[in-house]
Amino acid sequence: MEAIKQFFSGLSWEQEFVIFTTLKVCIVLFGAVLPIVAYAVLVERKVSAWIQDRVGPNRATPFFVKYLPVVGPILVRLGIFHPLADGLKSFLKEDFTPAHVRKVYFWIAPAIAVVPAMLALAVIPFGSKLGDQKMVIADLNVGILFTFGIISLGVYGLVLAGYASNSKFSFLGGIRSSAQMISYEIAMGMSVIPIFMLVGDLNLSKVIAYQADGAWLVFKQPIAFVIFLVAAFAETNRLPFDLPEAETELVGGYHTEYSSMKFALFFIGEYTAMIAASAMMVVLFFGGWTLPFAGLNESATTFAMGLAHIGIFVSKMLFLMVVFIWVRWMLPRFRYDQLMDLGWRRFVPLALVNIVLTAVVLWALHPK
Amino acid sequence: MIVKRANLTLWERLFLPTLLGGLQVTGKHFIRTVFGGKAVTMQYPEQKWVVPEGYRGAPYLVRDQAGDTKCVSCQLCEFVCPPKAIKIIPPGDSSLKADRANAEKTPKEFEINMLRCIFCGFCQEVCPEEAIFLQRDYSLTGETRDEMIYNKEKLLALGGTHAGVQKWKQKLEEAKGQETFPVKD
Ligand code: SF4
Ligand code: SF4
Repeated sequence: MEAIKQFFSGLSWEQEFVIFTTLKVCIVLFGAVLPIVAYAVLVERKVSAWIQDRVGPNRATPFFVKYLPVVGPILVRLGIFHPLADGLKSFLKEDFTPAHVRKVYFWIAPAIAVVPAMLALAVIPFGSKLGDQKMVIADLNVGILFTFGIISLGVYGLVLAGYASNSKFSFLGGIRSSAQMISYEIAMGMSVIPIFMLVGDLNLSKVIAYQADGAWLVFKQPIAFVIFLVAAFAETNRLPFDLPEAETELVGGYHTEYSSMKFALFFIGEYTAMIAASAMMVVLFFGGWTLPFAGLNESATTFAMGLAHIGIFVSKMLFLMVVFIWVRWMLPRFRYDQLMDLGWRRFVPLALVNIVLTAVVLWALHPK
Repeated sequence: MIVKRANLTLWERLFLPTLLGGLQVTGKHFIRTVFGGKAVTMQYPEQKWVVPEGYRGAPYLVRDQAGDTKCVSCQLCEFVCPPKAIKIIPPGDSSLKADRANAEKTPKEFEINMLRCIFCGFCQEVCPEEAIFLQRDYSLTGETRDEMIYNKEKLLALGGTHAGVQKWKQKLEEAKGQETFPVKD
């Protein structure tokens, strides 16, 4: 312990920053995001099964299950080991590159689909403090602008995939995704403006601090929340707005031609985007890692508190993920024109009205 | 026919009734499946669907009530079979006798390639002896192709007996009856 302490006290500020940031990136990415993605897929399959009167995945039985009495069979029934099998399968499948694709773009598209979604997680404060470290990878002053900037890159992955695949289905999927994501980004961006008008800062940690002092923003800005939620569905290509990959009409949409790990990357990208969107909603509307009782609103002073905050954040986020998943099995897909109509003629004006309304209220409350 | 679409009310256009309706339906099914154990899934290899009587599954040869092979090796089924799944080797010169009195022949070998058979039922329909029937097996598996070619022995074992008309027995009795018939002069 002493040696470790000495090692850290001997470090310069930059060295410490690099070490801890790397550590946080690794833990968040491999310890949280990827497992959550894997198990979100399982939850998706299970929830869909239960809603459709089925039992869902309940077969994968690794060799060690027979050493677990009682719990083992229950875990198997819940399909706990299916994500492992899925992952293994993705790695072992043949990575087939059709002859007619544009190779370079075909190869980089899946990477471009994943990276922005993961980058967007960087600015999200997922807890208050553990020891002296703030539980956010990059505490940027312009947090939200960074997120929107990065998220808008996500569309390139899909568009490139659609273009590079050189097939009709992929192409249509790519076109749809570009139109859809660009339209809804506007509504999404405008929906959060009132929040920052209230908070007076773009830093996401400040947004949480603001909510810790007063009510959660979902109660103060319900319209903004609804717009943000719907736009998040559209941004992450989830039903009822999954037009870019509409199976019934486009086979697989933009990832029709992909197989093996490249396909899995698109999958991870989609679910990571879901995580990012849920985390963003938690931060913006549901008070981040705070809870308005038991003194959980204050920044953590003890280690246990810090862990509790992370737990609170993750639970809120998982709840929103379940909402995402549930909606997928509840609502049918929108028609393309309905989607565009909803985005441009409903949500954009509504967001504008909300901005003006917030401005008027703010002006009435604090006239200077 | 032109179907008039009623204009949606403001409440309906807000999408909320749809949302609530969806939540209600999915919630009901979710609760019923998770807590009521009402899943419709059948755990296939362990639980099998019992097919109704008269189901047209795999064709097997049957025996009559006396335990005799009904097939007389007429080869009509071999001829009619669309995917040529049936292969019959007739007795030829061999001294192979039919099990039954009055039946002339019986096949030396009778094979159905279950990989080829499409369960069409033509063999059953064409058979003049009611010797082959599509029965209730619908999922046949094997580890090799050879295993999937069912021979006469196997087909008869799987087929069981059939409680139908015993054509040749009847003929035999008729003939016997005729022998003792008081012939008028
Ligand atoms: S069921 Fe049809 S395909 Fe099968 S053996 Fe009979 S005639 Fe041939
Ligand atoms: S099964 Fe029927 S049709 Fe086929 S050879 Fe035998 S008697 Fe003839």
